[in-house]
Order: sequence, then structure tokens, then C-alpha cells
Amino acid sequence: MTYLKGVSTLEYDVNRCRGCGLCADVCPHGVFVMEQKRARVTNKDLCMECGACMRNCEHGAIKVNAGVGCAAALIRGMMTGEVSCGCGSETEIGKGACC
Amino acid sequence: MKEKTRLGERPKACCGGNTETQCAPQKTPFRTDSVLTWRDRLVHLRCRVGAYRMKATVEPGLYAIGKPDNNSDVFVSANYRMSFDILRSSLSAMDAWILVLDTNGINVWCAAGKGTFGTEELVKRIFTEKLHECVSHRRLILPQLGAPGVSAPDVRKQTGFRPIYGPVRAADIKAFVAAGYRPAPGMRRVEFGLWDRLVLTPMELRPALKAFFFFAAVILALSGLSPSGISFPSALSLGAPIIILGIVSIIAGAFITPALLPYIPFRAFAIKGWLAGLVAMLIAWPIVNVPEGAAFAAMSFLFFPLASSYLALQFTGSTAYTGMSGVARELKFSMPVYTAGALVSSVLFITLKLGEWGII
Repeated sequence: MTYLKGVSTLEYDVNRCRGCGLCADVCPHGVFVMEQKRARVTNKDLCMECGACMRNCEHGAIKVNAGVGCAAALIRGMMTGEVSCGCGSETEIGKGACC
Repeated sequence: MKEKTRLGERPKACCGGNTETQCAPQKTPFRTDSVLTWRDRLVHLRCRVGAYRMKATVEPGLYAIGKPDNNSDVFVSANYRMSFDILRSSLSAMDAWILVLDTNGINVWCAAGKGTFGTEELVKRIFTEKLHECVSHRRLILPQLGAPGVSAPDVRKQTGFRPIYGPVRAADIKAFVAAGYRPAPGMRRVEFGLWDRLVLTPMELRPALKAFFFFAAVILALSGLSPSGISFPSALSLGAPIIILGIVSIIAGAFITPALLPYIPFRAFAIKGWLAGLVAMLIAWPIVNVPEGAAFAAMSFLFFPLASSYLALQFTGSTAYTGMSGVARELKFSMPVYTAGALVSSVLFITLKLGEWGII
């Protein structure tokens, strides 16, 4: 399943890649593959902006505006200014425990 | 000559204190096993359907499963009961350590998104549980879906432990370990099959139905309004079909759309939900005893597919493939439509009532 096309904020700079392969390990959608000791982006539209690749890239080769792809959280963000899906709090707010 | 220590190891001052006396006393690891009892399964069921999930936690800390020694693998998990149970049940006949992080009782994926399943908590837990003394190796097996919160290079720099990202699914752990910590094709990918989607629907339906009770009460009261007070026949003749169609729209948006997600055309959840809602309305319309007139039809076909659409959009929070930018784009287009739709249908409802009273 793929979501909307051309919206992902994923940016990858191959010149900074040192070939550790962690981005390919952590991506649950196979956005990165290792080729000739460098990572390559297969299909950016598969990216769900979880940010795992960016956090695990030691060399700053990957940038993505990471966040939750959750309508309830974003609506709450519009209303209260704080994007939160409500899980983690004791009381269930609005839509309740999500994810 | 000073004895060489491995990176991250803190001889004597293991927990960050300066002297041995400042260190926390050696804790005995908790014991656990890989057996899921019917009680465990009952807990999982309750977690799937309601707010009990917020209470289903386990004590953070180090757990021993089987008879682990200083060469046994260390698996990291969250202190949500279901996360922990799924992990331990996948480690049957294995001797291993489980390091449970304090994620406020939230599962690995969601906690990683918030950062509670994260570098800081993992590093802290490694030191407070004195993992350096429990094992002689420096491997840590992390769930792959914990990666959004954990920086493997940082953990390595701060503790000397080398995080290895395991498979997405705990069920693949044995094969992963047996293959020398290498994932087979597919183990790194998130699948979102029919069953994966269906188990999530109770938590879509529940909050929707909760809100629906208020909606139903208000609709019944307003439908019953007449110039001479509350009229029960008109509460039923107008209110009942609205309530039935409301339930239909909830099922379409919060159950049918998630279940048939890959088969409903278009990528946007708002459109998928609207289509499912529309089809459900078309099916329900001849069966439900609806009042005659164009106003009721216009109101229903405007409002209910949009309600389904809104509910379907909520499911983006449960999937593991919708990104923030995409959802934000959907909201940008759909929120004004929902607002306008709700306003226009309210006006149509008022028109219906005024027509009934003979005012217009």
C-alpha cells in the first residue's frame, strides 16, 4: 500500500553517506537499499516520515520532517497547538488511545 | 598500568555515581517465561477493545527468560503488556534477557514516535540495570519499529553496547538470531494485512459510537420538537432514520474502510471513507424507512458520507504507512469540506422541521 504521492519531506545526500547501512535496516518500507557501499532511495513515495533513518544516520545524510501520520493528532494540534495522539496520558482525550 | 575498560563501561561507578557506594544495589532480574496463559490473552483482548490498554503495563527493568548467562542475547522492549507478552512468547526455548524500557505503558512503535522508547531511556536503563555486569558481550537486539526513537550510533558511543535492529515482527526473532542476526527478505518490512487491520477496528468503532450516543440523543430531541411541545411520533419518524443511517455511516467509515482499505479506490483516506459511506448509504437507503422529500435525501447524502470520510481519516493514526505530510494535506482539503457539510446539513435539517411545522 502506498499513500499520497509527492508529499514526503525525505531528503537524502548521497555525498554524506558512509555506507553503514543502518537506514536500510531501520526503514520498514524499504525506501533505502545499499548499493556499492552507498545507500540509495528506491521510492520516496513509500516513506511515512517516521524519522528512523534520520535518527540513525550518524553522518547527517538524511533529513526528513518526522512526525506522526495521524489525523486525530494533527487535528488536536490545530486546536490546541500541540500535536499529540493522546496515548501516554492517563485520561483518554477525544478519540482516546490511538496507535 | 591502568586496566583497560571497554567503551561505556564504568568500573565501580557503574550507574554514573562517583563511588561504589553511590551505585544502586545489584538488582535481581525479574523472571518471566514464554507461556501465554488464557489470562494473558484476556488482557490482550481487553487492550484491543478499550481503555484498559492504558493500564496494561509491566514493570520496567531486566527480565530473565529461560536460563540466560553472560553470553545470552538481550532483547529490548517497551513496558506495554502486549508488547512484552508478544516478545516473550516469541522466545520459547531460548535463554535470553529482556530489557524493558519505561515507555509509560505505550507500545514500541508509538513510544518510539514520542521518543519515550528512545536513546536516553535505553542508555539510562543499561546503566541502572548494570547490563555491563550481566553480560560479557555488547550486543543489544532492538525491535526495528523502535528505530524512530533510538539512535544506534549514540547508544554505542554512550554505553559501548551495539544495538542490532531485529525484525519488525517478534515471531521472526528466532530465525533472525539463528541466521546470525541477519534478517531474511521481508522481515524488515511492515505488512498491513486484513487481520492487522481488523484487530484495530474496535478502537475505531468505540470512540465513534461514544460520540454517536450524544448525536443520537440530540437528533431525537430536535426531531421531536413541535410547536406544541415534544412529539414522539415525529421524533421517531424523522429521528429514527437519521440514527440508523448514522450507524451505517459509522460502520462504513470505522469498519468497512479499514477492512477493505487496499481495495477501495484512491489513496486519500478521506476519499476512501467518503466512497465507502456513499455506497453504504445507497445500500441502506431502500431498506430504511426514510421520510419523503428532497430535503431529507439531500441532507442525508451530504452528511453521512462525509461522516464516514471523517472516521476513515482517523484510521491514518492506526496504519503504519501514512506520513505526517500526507495526512496534513488531506486535512487541509477535507476539514473545510466537513465544516461546510455539517453546516449545510444543519440548515437542511432546520428547513425540514420548519416545513413540518408549516412555517415554510
